[in-house]
Amino acid sequence: MTRRSVLTGALGAAAVSVSRATAQTTVGAPSPQGRLPNELGGRAPQEQPRRVPIPTSSRTPLQDLHGTVTPADLHFERHHSGLAVIDPASYRLVVHGLVERPMMFTLEDLKRFPQVSRLCFLECSGNFTRTAGEKTTAQALLGLTSQSEWAGVRLATLLREVGARPQATWFLAEGQDAAQMTRSIPLKEVLDEAIVAYGQNGEALRPEQGYPVRLLLPGLEGNASVKWLRRLELADQPFMTREETSRYTDPLADGTSRQFSFAMDARSIVTSPSYPQRVRPGWIEIRGLAWSGRGRIERVEVSTDRGARWRAAELQAPVLPKAHTRFRLVWQWDGQPTEILSRAIDETGYVQPEWPALLAARGRRTRYHLNPVTGWMIGADGQVLFGIERVKA
Amino acid sequence: MTLANAGRYVLAVMALSALVGAQTPDRFGFGEPVPREVIVALDTDVRPDGTGLPPGQGTAQDGAAVYATQCAACHGAKGEGGAADRLVGPDPTGTPPFGPAYEQWRGGRPDVAFTIGNYWPFATTVFDYVRRAMPPSAPGTLSANDTYAVVAWLLQQNGVIGDDALMNGETLPKVVMPARKMFVPDDRRGGRTVR
Repeated sequence: MTRRSVLTGALGAAAVSVSRATAQTTVGAPSPQGRLPNELGGRAPQEQPRRVPIPTSSRTPLQDLHGTVTPADLHFERHHSGLAVIDPASYRLVVHGLVERPMMFTLEDLKRFPQVSRLCFLECSGNFTRTAGEKTTAQALLGLTSQSEWAGVRLATLLREVGARPQATWFLAEGQDAAQMTRSIPLKEVLDEAIVAYGQNGEALRPEQGYPVRLLLPGLEGNASVKWLRRLELADQPFMTREETSRYTDPLADGTSRQFSFAMDARSIVTSPSYPQRVRPGWIEIRGLAWSGRGRIERVEVSTDRGARWRAAELQAPVLPKAHTRFRLVWQWDGQPTEILSRAIDETGYVQPEWPALLAARGRRTRYHLNPVTGWMIGADGQVLFGIERVKA
Repeated sequence: MTLANAGRYVLAVMALSALVGAQTPDRFGFGEPVPREVIVALDTDVRPDGTGLPPGQGTAQDGAAVYATQCAACHGAKGEGGAADRLVGPDPTGTPPFGPAYEQWRGGRPDVAFTIGNYWPFATTVFDYVRRAMPPSAPGTLSANDTYAVVAWLLQQNGVIGDDALMNGETLPKVVMPARKMFVPDDRRGGRTVR
């Protein structure tokens, strides 16, 4: 042992004993008289969860969240030409095409219509990034999903207002961002649930989420829920925009490519324990999120022995359709290296697939809608690492 | 159901309808008609049948200069990619972008990119997207002629049209893209089958 390490060790021990002594004398000690009520709350300074930005997106810190709601400022961000800045006073939503009365609506107009609100997830269909290998966090892996309570007017209400013609089977949704992002949406398939949204978690939409108005299509790939929504054009066929042809299409093993693949299939992730956590032998509550774009989560199964045996996790009520569902399972870790896995089963009977099954069904160049079972390796030292071998390209 | 019961049922349904009618009118009367000039200004989308294409025209030869000034910095001098996506190649007739034929062609070599030539199903989409979103710093600044010309250059470089082919509102929708027949509807339906 060197002199330096002896010193460091001694200092370390001293620090520990001081902090324990402090803790003992300050247990339950009252706070000094605090400030008076103010206008806007803030987080505890010790709690500073962050999105992790890259040039094209920033991801929700799934491992830092409790329950199922994503704070609006931690909702993932993905846009195609930077953050759009829209003046709410001059904002108009134009609805035209195959309609009796082409109309435009101010933000105030939209707020006057009957309102609906709904808790649901929104997920990018490109949500699955494991380039950091075993040092992949839950946030890096699947942070392109978030959940909010969205509020707005039903699309159906607006379409009745403008008098959608019977021939109208598709509509173009166009953003007011610099890229004027466009998607064609099949009308009948979304009419029951589509919301023209201006509210998120009790307040106005955040700019990153499309302020002042976005389309919100529960259960469908996030790209289709066009933000900064400025125009809806009804038509009798899809427009074949760049986003639904060269992007957001799914190459298949037989040389064809799946188009308009909107629905987000069921998936799950254990958010704790996850990399870079370190766990100790003994009782551990395994916690995670599961969701399906096709309805409710029916069951989540967890394996703590690399997939040999599976047990049903507890689902936190209420289990809502097309919504993040919290699952939990208490487990006693014996200190032996293992891998813990989760798989979601939704109300259609769909079982979240293993990576080889996805590859076999779609071929090697599949690039969106990747929802394989994933796991976390736990080493003898308690270090948690992402189970990269299970999903290696 | 007796006649009296049926009568009561009909009355109940009528009462319910009246109630619903009172709560949700056919129209609320909010909003205002869109002035025609607003629609004209915003409705720039181009459909596969050519609807929405503006007057104007251009050839690959015209487009080379437009590409060099407006696009090459990010997409590479020959569309080979750089800071932004690869746009050109490989020869779409000899190189399918995926599937068994692709794997056979590729052998042990690295993947090739999805490009306009091997993956975009409609030439009209290239026009729509260039006009809508390119260049990223100043979308909408290319003239109609320059847009036709740069689209012509991209198609010609990908071997889809000839060197002298004139692209305009008549000819562009008639261009048959190599990837046109690849696209199929989504067949995922939930349930037990992995697709």
